[in-house]
Amino acid sequence: MMKLRTVAHARAGDKGNLANISVFAYHDEDYAMLVERVTEERVSELFREHITRPVTRYCVPNLCGLNFVLQRRPTDSVTRSLRLDAHGKSLSSLMLSLEI
Amino acid sequence: MKKIRIGAGAGFSADRIEPAVELAEKGHLDFLIFECLAERTIALSQLRKREDPDSGFDPLLSERMHAVLPACRRNGVRVISNMGAANPRAAARETIEIARRLGLHGLRVACIEGDDVLHLKDAFRPFDDQPLPDNATIISANAYLGADALAEALHRGADVVLTGRVADPSLFLGALIHAFAWNTESWDLMGRGTAVGHLLECAGQLTGGYFADPGFKDVPDLDRLGFPLAEVSEDGSALLTKVEGSGGLITLQTCREQILYEVLNPSSYITPDVIADFTEIRFEQQAPGTMRVSGAKGKPRPRDYKVSIGVDDGLIAEGQISYAGPGALERSELARQILEKRLAHIGAEDLRVDLIGLNSILGAPADWSAPYEVRLRAVARFTNEMDAKRLTREVESLYLNGPAAGSGVTFAVRENIAIVPALIARKLVTLIISMEGA
Repeated sequence: MMKLRTVAHARAGDKGNLANISVFAYHDEDYAMLVERVTEERVSELFREHITRPVTRYCVPNLCGLNFVLQRRPTDSVTRSLRLDAHGKSLSSLMLSLEI
Repeated sequence: MKKIRIGAGAGFSADRIEPAVELAEKGHLDFLIFECLAERTIALSQLRKREDPDSGFDPLLSERMHAVLPACRRNGVRVISNMGAANPRAAARETIEIARRLGLHGLRVACIEGDDVLHLKDAFRPFDDQPLPDNATIISANAYLGADALAEALHRGADVVLTGRVADPSLFLGALIHAFAWNTESWDLMGRGTAVGHLLECAGQLTGGYFADPGFKDVPDLDRLGFPLAEVSEDGSALLTKVEGSGGLITLQTCREQILYEVLNPSSYITPDVIADFTEIRFEQQAPGTMRVSGAKGKPRPRDYKVSIGVDDGLIAEGQISYAGPGALERSELARQILEKRLAHIGAEDLRVDLIGLNSILGAPADWSAPYEVRLRAVARFTNEMDAKRLTREVESLYLNGPAAGSGVTFAVRENIAIVPALIARKLVTLIISMEGA
């Protein structure tokens, strides 16, 4: 077991109450492992307190990257959220804590 | 083959100004683009315009223009920005006035209006499955315009183009359509230009901002981060780089992170100009510090414009207090219980009490140990000011009526404007391009 952080980097963005987190292998040869281990099920479990339905994963082999889309609560958009991190910018850090 | 150099001078409304000056002076640019309009900013600008018809444009417009116009004029760099916010016409007049004071003569400033669609609110349709807001709560409504009007303003000879709400990548695509006389229904070209715009629109996020993670992703000289520029070819491929000697870096990693930033489905990135497909995009290192991007594609543009509706969302009250040293966590926990009891009878909606240092951002981890300092943060929504101030007073009262040694109280009550998306048919929206100055 190791943390995702050791093999991948990530960035979070937001669109209304949707958030996206992209995850990229540092080394292209690790991409297949990411596809196998960083699944919709694992990520939905990790983000269970932030989402209202299971996450959607898009695979982008050309970029050796995965893009996850999270549906947050209706009140969790940047213009409504009472969270300290209203944008959800820190969600990429939670992603990198995933044990793979 | 003709090449166009475009710089990113700002990625948000409060962005740093020095990197834009550096680009204007040393970037050998044709265009310098400032993206300065967040979702909610335009609603706030509309409120200011209602109080003063000559205001409503970006509060930093004067400072930015003062800083960059001399070098832009000297080097033949044309400027495009959404700093017009709720009042592009007043922004254009202000820019002319700044140029006059700087002794820059003959500057032609175009403004683009038509994004304000508040008068068309009966024609709004829901975006995805999100319900439209109650008409009585609507403060503002602005459509995301595309690149076409920008290209036209440049075609008419504008040195500076100021807009209100325009989709961020369209600010860049407009310059490319004009410079290369691209057919705006050549969807792959629109897709490639949109990819370049999307990579540049957040400025420093392509060059090492929002990226550094010491020991994993190190960034040199982040304190003097340089903003990116693209040298774009007529086929829509581009070299991404920054001014030599500036801080930061452009690598495969920064490019990959930024191309998917705020993207949902990478094969359908929707703008008013095109539905761009980033799935076959390629990044190759051309030289140290220079990445080549190519391979984006496009599909026909959507029939509707997206609209950002600004909605009165009541009040948000927030108060914070710190506890430190031995027992910090126990005392902040006690403060939380006291607050929740004292606030139980007022009209707080969605009351949230965070312990900063433990659980305020991502929730507490499974393996945490007691922190040496904890900052309690209480926040809730209210419909009236008296109740909102009850929350802030109750936090302040924890000084005298709470656990031992509470310190450093801060609090605020603010009116909140929420943004609700909607759609409007393109044909209902009228674009107006006008010229100010010589």
